[in-house]
Amino acid sequence: MSSDWPLWEVFVRSKGGLSHRHVGSVHAPDAELALAHARDTYTRRLEGVSLWVVPSADIVASNPEQAGELFEPAQSKIYRHPTFYDIPDEVKHI
Amino acid sequence: MPFEPEHRRRYIIHMYTTELQKSAKIENLEDPKLLEAFEARVAADEFIEPKDWMPEAYRRTLTRQISQHAHSEIVGMLPEGNWITRAPSLRRKAILLAKVQDEAGHGLYLYCAAETLGTSREQMIEALHSGKAKYSTIFNYPTLTWADIGAIGWLVDGAAIMNQVPLQRTSYGPYARAMVRVCKEESFHQRQGYEIMIALANGTAEQKRMAQDAFNRWWWPSLMMFGPPDENSPNTAQSMRWRIKRETNDELRQKFVDITVPQADFLSLTVPDPQLKWNEEKGGYDFGEIDWEEFYAVVRGEGPVAKERMKARRDAWQDGAWVREAAAVHEEKRRARKAA
Ligand SMILES: [Fe+2]
Ligand SMILES: [Fe+2]
Repeated sequence: MSSDWPLWEVFVRSKGGLSHRHVGSVHAPDAELALAHARDTYTRRLEGVSLWVVPSADIVASNPEQAGELFEPAQSKIYRHPTFYDIPDEVKHI
Repeated sequence: MPFEPEHRRRYIIHMYTTELQKSAKIENLEDPKLLEAFEARVAADEFIEPKDWMPEAYRRTLTRQISQHAHSEIVGMLPEGNWITRAPSLRRKAILLAKVQDEAGHGLYLYCAAETLGTSREQMIEALHSGKAKYSTIFNYPTLTWADIGAIGWLVDGAAIMNQVPLQRTSYGPYARAMVRVCKEESFHQRQGYEIMIALANGTAEQKRMAQDAFNRWWWPSLMMFGPPDENSPNTAQSMRWRIKRETNDELRQKFVDITVPQADFLSLTVPDPQLKWNEEKGGYDFGEIDWEEFYAVVRGEGPVAKERMKARRDAWQDGAWVREAAAVHEEKRRARKAA
């Protein structure tokens, strides 16, 4: 039986203007201590300006076994990319 | 776990069910199609992520390696922690404190990475404290003088860097990412150690003697940090094939000797190996035989301060129990109050 504190996933915004990015996890009894542990564990060298902690149990992930069905449909839709279209060279700024 | 069942089913091809527990056979029990796809992914340098299918032997090998690595970071705080209160200046004390704190961080990154394979941190810590789990032999040597702190940063962290740099490309994603963080932080550890050695090597006769003495004691154990010679390292071939390991023990050891000897020369320290000699042909140093008897004795737990190290770990764990429990109870009460 586990008596360890629950697991939290840690996300760090490295500087203003950037998204938070997953960096790892910490064990903590509550959100406040999770933030404190995340700070000590993942930002000892000014790695961030903002932290998120999320209970790991609350993360819902896609199934890697189904990655094919999930992501392949995008592969055949190359018309979603700008390079799909032939535009004559003399047309500028497009 | 929503997608547990199908992909973890094992297909028994061989009949010897009594062999189920034997690691060598496990591979044969995996679905050959899944195994083949896995091998191909690894061979193509793809990263394996926690929820991806993986052979049980891969999971087990990694769990062992990452947890041993984590334990080494944690136990590794003890020899240096021994000198925090006695550092010769406030500057050195602040540096050593920050270095030891980094090692705690490394331990935590690594426990996290190992946990993604399905073993809890608590189980791993319990394995360490009961003596079941191993950690690097190097931390079972004592730190007798301040010069040892210099020698550890320079040599022990130096050897760790040599081991860890290739692990940034190890095939298991969480381990590789933890190693990227660790490697970013290790360089400071080695440089602060070398700086201590420079100060001593340029100091009084007594300080020079201390530096040489520490070097003498840490040189061989540092070479042992790369593990047994390739011909006695039965797991190396499999680990290389699965890209868990990217270079062999002997390759890494040779590299370490080649970059460290000139650093010793700069300090005017003598490498404690009469057989050390530059070999023009191979473009590296030849060096003397490592005392593998000593290595295996330390692995068996007979290191000079092995008992002390384990006692310190267990005491810290027990002394901190009330804090862990109090924090958990506090959170429970807060929840109850919120619910009421
Ligand atoms: Fe470390
Ligand atoms: Fe280090």
